[in-house]
Amino acid sequence: MLRLDGVSKIYRAGPFGGRELRAVSGVGFEVNAGEVVSLIGESGSGKSTIGRMVLRLASVTEGTITFDGEDVSAIRSPKAYYRQVQGVFQDPFSGFNPIFAADRVFEMIRREYFPRVSRAAWRERVESALAGVRLDPGQVLGRYPHQLSGGQLQRMLIARALLLDIRLLVADEIISMLDASTRVDVLNLLADLRSRGLGVLFVTHDLSLGTYVSDRTVVLRRGRIAEMGPTERVFGDPLHPYTRTLLDSVPRLHVKWAERRDEERAGRTVCPFHDRAPGTPVRGDLAEPEKDHHVACAGPGACPAAEEPEFRQPSAKERV
Amino acid sequence: MTGVRNALRVALRNGKLVAGLAVVLALLLTALVVPATIAYGPNEYVGPAAAPPSAEYWFGTTTFGQDVFAQFAYGLRATFLVGLLGGGLAAVIGMAVGFTAGYRGGLVDEILNMITNIVLVLPALVVLLIVNAYLGVRDVGVQALFIGLTSWPWAARAIRAQTLSLRSRDFVDLARLSGMRTPGIIVREIAPNMSSYLFMTFILLFGGSILIAASLDFIGLGPSQGVSLGLMLNNAARWSALHLGMWWWFVPPGAGITAVVGSLYVVNVGLDEVFNPKLREM
Ligand SMILES: Nc1ncnc2c1ncn2[C@@H]1O[C@H](COP(=O)(O)OP(=O)(O)OP(=O)(O)O)[C@@H](O)[C@H]1O
Ligand SMILES: [Mg+2]
Repeated sequence: MLRLDGVSKIYRAGPFGGRELRAVSGVGFEVNAGEVVSLIGESGSGKSTIGRMVLRLASVTEGTITFDGEDVSAIRSPKAYYRQVQGVFQDPFSGFNPIFAADRVFEMIRREYFPRVSRAAWRERVESALAGVRLDPGQVLGRYPHQLSGGQLQRMLIARALLLDIRLLVADEIISMLDASTRVDVLNLLADLRSRGLGVLFVTHDLSLGTYVSDRTVVLRRGRIAEMGPTERVFGDPLHPYTRTLLDSVPRLHVKWAERRDEERAGRTVCPFHDRAPGTPVRGDLAEPEKDHHVACAGPGACPAAEEPEFRQPSAKERV
Repeated sequence: MTGVRNALRVALRNGKLVAGLAVVLALLLTALVVPATIAYGPNEYVGPAAAPPSAEYWFGTTTFGQDVFAQFAYGLRATFLVGLLGGGLAAVIGMAVGFTAGYRGGLVDEILNMITNIVLVLPALVVLLIVNAYLGVRDVGVQALFIGLTSWPWAARAIRAQTLSLRSRDFVDLARLSGMRTPGIIVREIAPNMSSYLFMTFILLFGGSILIAASLDFIGLGPSQGVSLGLMLNNAARWSALHLGMWWWFVPPGAGITAVVGSLYVVNVGLDEVFNPKLREM
């Protein structure tokens, strides 16, 4: 359904775009119908940028993003695209126009997409969408954004996306604002929608509950893919040192590879890309040591090959 | 609809807004209606020379026996006109340039910025001298056109900066995701957020136009016909009204300019409270 191929994003800054910042480099993955793909990485690794490119809110510098085989950047009617692809952003407070009542986000959908639906019928739809995210309509409708909590606003944005018959949802850190019980509710809602065929690009920076709903995981580091594959493989048997560091921060999780880490401490770190077994398929910067499980070079510091001159790291100019 | 009615109710409960509007409307009414009720022109020599205010000549007369009240009413009319036309034109250009540059960004922004800066540093007075030498400024309309065409840059820059900061907010992206197009987003999402700011910009442009017009009148670049509050002030200064103790000659035009600009400012503060629901509660 959604497919990214060698996607890069370079932000231009300074007078006449003199300075460049490479936020995303050569990223490629797919999100299929009924599949939750989580995009994990530290702050600034380019996760939101990828989400924004998918939503056509940022231009793609290199590579292509296609939805049902159609190049997203070349779409004639964004309106039809947004009917199928929606997003929920990281910061719920910024998602609402502060001078209008918060339920304006629903009204906007009605005005643009369902102008013929009567107000009463629309209110019913809104109320059922709100019930889906466990919000009491009486508590949120007609209120201003500053009168609502971050969690309430975040759930209103999720409800908003569900008013359209979407097939893909870009969810940027949607659960970090929510308390534990609401979090479970929202994740259950996502699981439910997934079983009805919704594809979800689940952006997050921590390995919280969210990753458990995901079928596949893409680990992003400094705008590049470090590792990707089925979630249980990536977390059950992480190949990239960065993925292990991430997992290290979640104490309960390290079960399988604890022994292997001891082995590594004894010897030198193994680069999953350069020290791959002979015959391992390679596509671009990623090796595929096992089916559908891709991994990149461990990078400078962890891989001796990364220090060699022909190994191309982002230049100083690109990093800025 | 209920939203509009609600906003109106809140607006009518705001003392500053109501008081400011009352003064502006009273002055506007004076400017519109009073000239028609006076049988003679503002520059005609109708009364005794240098008479203080009386029942017959409410604001007294000038050294030459002209009715100050008649001059005031006509001058107020010219002042409103130059403020409205000059300030309005500058506001329209400033908003068009500011919104476009701020929202579009990139190369469009760079080019518009360059034009803005050129007009900003353009010595308006020198240009006006040249324009005057070739064409002559005959009426208030031409004066307003010139003021409008030269005084928009700071407004464009201010609006651009505001737009730039609002554009990066998620609600603009959300509007885009809701299928809205750029003009709709600017008009319905961005502009309402800075409506009190836009109004203040207009007030400052309005007041600025009035003041520029007054100073142009002083150096002889004003309209060759008619009367304005600025022209009155300068006549009063030229004929030493202050030294002669003829306070009734310069107080009305000075107070008129101050009242128009000041009450518009009070209206703006009131509007800010009405527009900003957070401020409303405090
Ligand atoms: N509009 C922009 N202009 C210039 N640089 C930008 C812009 N947006 C993002 N960046 C830069 O791109 C990089 C990636 O940003 P991005 O927002 O995608 O990170 P992220 O992975 O979502 O981080 P977080 O977890 O903190 O949300 C950062 O270095 C950021 O400074
Ligand atoms: Mg982000």
